[in-house]
Amino acid sequence: MSQTNHIGKAPSRVDGPLKVAGAAHYSGEFNVPNLAYGYVVSSPITKGKILKVHADEVRALPGVLEVFSHENVPYLAWFDKSYKDQIAPGGSPFRPLHAPDITFNQQPVALVVADTFELARYAAALLRIDYEQQEHETNLETKRTEGYAPGGGKIGFQPPPPPRGKPDQALKDATHSIEAEYAHGAQHHNPMELFTTTVEWRGDGKITAYDKTQGVYNVKNYLMGVFGLGKDDVRVVNQFMGGGFGAGLRPQYSVFMAVLATLELKRSVRVTLTRQQMFSIGHRPNTLQLVKLGTNPDGTLAALQHHALHETSQFEDYTENIVNWSGMLYKCENVKLGYQLAKLDIYSPQDMRAPGAASGNVGLEVAMDEMAYAAGLDPLEFRMRNYADRDQNVDKPFSSKKLRECYQQAAAKFGWETRTQEPRSMRANGKLVGMGMGGGVWDATQVKSAAKALISADGHLTVRSATGENGTGTYTIMTQIAAETLGLPLEAVTFELGDTDQPEAPIQGGSWTAASVGTAVKNACNALGEKILKLAQKPADSPLKDAKYDDVEFVNGQLRLRLDHDQAVVLRDVLQASGETQLEADSSAMPNMVKQNGYSLHSHNVAFAEVEVDEDLGSIKVTRVVSAVAAGRILNQKTARSQVLGSVVWGLGMALMEETVMDHKFGRYVNHNFAEYHIPVNADIPHIDVIFVHEDDDIVNPLGVKGIGEVGMLGVTAAIANAVFHATGKRVRDLPILLDKLL
Amino acid sequence: MYPFSYSRATDVADAVRDKAGHDGSAYIGGGTNLIDLMKMNVEQPPHLVNVAKLPLSKIEDLPDGGLRLGATATNSDTAWNEQVKARYPLLNQAILAGASPQLRNAATNGGNLMQRTRCYYFYDLATPCNKREPGSGCSAIGGFNRVCGILGTSEACIATHPSDMCVALAALAPTVRVSGPNGERTIAFEDFHRLPGEQPEFDNTLVEGELITSLDLPEKGFAKHFAYLKLRDRHSYAFALVSVAVGLEMDGDTITDARLALGGVAHKPWRDLSAEQLLKGQPATAETFGRVAAHVVANAVGRGSNDFKIELARRAIVRALKQAAEGQQQAGDVYLGGQ
Repeated sequence: MSQTNHIGKAPSRVDGPLKVAGAAHYSGEFNVPNLAYGYVVSSPITKGKILKVHADEVRALPGVLEVFSHENVPYLAWFDKSYKDQIAPGGSPFRPLHAPDITFNQQPVALVVADTFELARYAAALLRIDYEQQEHETNLETKRTEGYAPGGGKIGFQPPPPPRGKPDQALKDATHSIEAEYAHGAQHHNPMELFTTTVEWRGDGKITAYDKTQGVYNVKNYLMGVFGLGKDDVRVVNQFMGGGFGAGLRPQYSVFMAVLATLELKRSVRVTLTRQQMFSIGHRPNTLQLVKLGTNPDGTLAALQHHALHETSQFEDYTENIVNWSGMLYKCENVKLGYQLAKLDIYSPQDMRAPGAASGNVGLEVAMDEMAYAAGLDPLEFRMRNYADRDQNVDKPFSSKKLRECYQQAAAKFGWETRTQEPRSMRANGKLVGMGMGGGVWDATQVKSAAKALISADGHLTVRSATGENGTGTYTIMTQIAAETLGLPLEAVTFELGDTDQPEAPIQGGSWTAASVGTAVKNACNALGEKILKLAQKPADSPLKDAKYDDVEFVNGQLRLRLDHDQAVVLRDVLQASGETQLEADSSAMPNMVKQNGYSLHSHNVAFAEVEVDEDLGSIKVTRVVSAVAAGRILNQKTARSQVLGSVVWGLGMALMEETVMDHKFGRYVNHNFAEYHIPVNADIPHIDVIFVHEDDDIVNPLGVKGIGEVGMLGVTAAIANAVFHATGKRVRDLPILLDKLL
Repeated sequence: MYPFSYSRATDVADAVRDKAGHDGSAYIGGGTNLIDLMKMNVEQPPHLVNVAKLPLSKIEDLPDGGLRLGATATNSDTAWNEQVKARYPLLNQAILAGASPQLRNAATNGGNLMQRTRCYYFYDLATPCNKREPGSGCSAIGGFNRVCGILGTSEACIATHPSDMCVALAALAPTVRVSGPNGERTIAFEDFHRLPGEQPEFDNTLVEGELITSLDLPEKGFAKHFAYLKLRDRHSYAFALVSVAVGLEMDGDTITDARLALGGVAHKPWRDLSAEQLLKGQPATAETFGRVAAHVVANAVGRGSNDFKIELARRAIVRALKQAAEGQQQAGDVYLGGQ
């Protein structure tokens, strides 16, 4: 094994030292000269009109530079399409400070800009705004019969496939059947880092926006569209991110506000949202699901029906894939899936970790547990009997699918065989013990990406692509791929990202970054490798004289023949002999549609959870989780494991505590802070085992990776909910499972 | 946040004088609650008098056998004080059940008594709140009131006092020493916090300008039979939905003295003297505990999303009494809730 074989190993984060030394700069840490500060004023009402913004009172304060509102915003782009970002859903995107109309609570209505943050904040508190209030509706329960199927949707949205078989008749004829409704409230991403944008005024109408975003190009294109800026007028940078989870996929109003103020004042401006305002930027929608299942005498699924309804805003049809997964996770000939939206006076929901799948998975996997009990089967055995070898939604085989091995390995590690089926049959430490499981499926997607590779005469490789690092390990895995492709130690490689001066990469979402950008990085390094080979072949006595690129390999700082390792040249010697100071190559990567066309491309997982429940007091403690993931090839065992650990924490939060509570009287979220929006803390997190089941898959992409950011969350929530049922005999169908639901 | 001036007092008299010279000013100790409230514009003091560095941080024996907890001793230093651990383990447990180590390291004992409710609406200027703006109405009544009170509430306010420490103090019944423009006085802990009535804007019975200087614990610490039970929506770093502090003295299986206080249920730490009387002389049995628990919640009123607290409180009282009678808990146990 060579020393420059990095893929699949477990190197620590290459950006770790920068982070712990405080040298990794986040968007609120670029202290450009002559910086002014903007503070956003949010609407306290949910629906109505602004009658008057008493801006002059505040403008009179020494040090206040300007108050922006719809009353004085300059002429901006007119057409909706200028405001549509890469993943805008159907409808009309929200335009900050555009009109006096209020369409959701906490709508940003003004920006106060001052010489200091403290003054801007104070002035914002003093700003009087007169509103005319209108009646609002924020309660999904009132819209149960007003759901509609969205026409279009954002990129990646797939309307549910048409029904197959005879789902109604089959359900009627089933030996056993169940029908249940599942619900969860709104949830917010709540990354630790607040949305912040520092915009540097470079003079002559040119700006650089240091913006917390999961897609620098997405923001750049948005800014060009909205503000009529030229390609060379705006650069967007985001090299580090304190958590995104989907909240940074779309350009947020913080960047709009900061750019607006910068262009108008011709001065650098920073805008930082408050924690409360972080509850006004999109969320996982309040969702209601109805699941009906039926089984045959042999325990196979006779019928599966899954219908979901969720909220959206008045102005956009936010969509996510909630029910489609139910048509592919299990084998079933009679399937009916339904998906509807309902409009409320809220802000548009936004993709949040495993959007759609996380919601639909709870419905399906809790229903599967209920069905297993109704049919008298062990929940794991029930799933084994209904294992899907083909994706019946599209009637294609999977490019690879080792979910069965996930079930087996995780069950063995967990000790599922010690479980007794009867609810309330297990006890420990004076408490009821429950064991539950759930599995999931997520897309393995590759999207067009580009990268540039440069190597200096001393052999240091730099690779660039404008992707993101939201804490997942992008810097590290891209460094590994680049280093392995050109046979270098990790220290000889620098990967740079998050800058629109770099080749374009898609938004960092959908778990597609490793596959998409990773392939582009590999291609760029290979393109550079070909140039290096040509240089190596220049000397008349080159040992590689007649070699084609496929005949050689880069290993341990050498370029050598694959079949004769003695025929080798030292990379650095080649570069130095060439007289070139630097070599560079650009490349991009697209999915190989011809190769992929006959297959369904997906990652899978399963989670097993154990809980202890204090029966008298209703308190639940998750004591163990085992999570097994089949996601192709794992590039970095350490960062991938960390992602799955984080996913388990997310699943636990969704199961037991996360909910943004709406007071419908005000149309306002009441627990919009970290004290009362509960995310798990250390004391809530049990021992977590992570298992990766390796899949060889050269169909998904040349790297064989499927992405790991989202799939690990699936199954966890249902596993915990099912464990609570096993412990207590109580089936809680509305999340989160708070202690009072068990009293 | 509104602009404010700031001074650091050198002694108690200086602090009292400084505050009296600035209308609407506030004392600041650890600032773990006040600064948040100022950032939210809920509190807008034009002047702050820092009292955290006053020489009031000692924890020392009193001649009557009690223990004096200085007002500026931090919650952490108090919880881990050897005397507190040995003689008042109930206090140790309650303090450690609250907040986080970082907060407890900053928060002072006096400040703990002075912290304000965590009612969602109190913090949100976009909604009416009688406590924040008298006469504006109570949004929690008829709204989301999971964190709100069930005992001693009024139609004006159903907010709760959020402290854990104060629940143990209510059971241990110290005297609160204060200094003010009119000199020193003492207040029984039970009389320190008040019920909302028609004036929920007042959390306690301090008069303008008074400063807490110490909490004087009586000798009796219930170190053998005690329990602090806290139930919340996650296992750490969340305010109590219901908490119960119990101190018992036992002669064999008979309860000879009892203290019982609840948190998360009322505008003040809720000590129930009649329940304590019901326990005295009774055998420590499930029947006794059940009867007493039912008595405590007999007049409880739910307001919708906090209805469950009535049953939860009843069960929690039974559990805490049982734990105290059995002598299960120890000072310094890392408390993960729900046991």
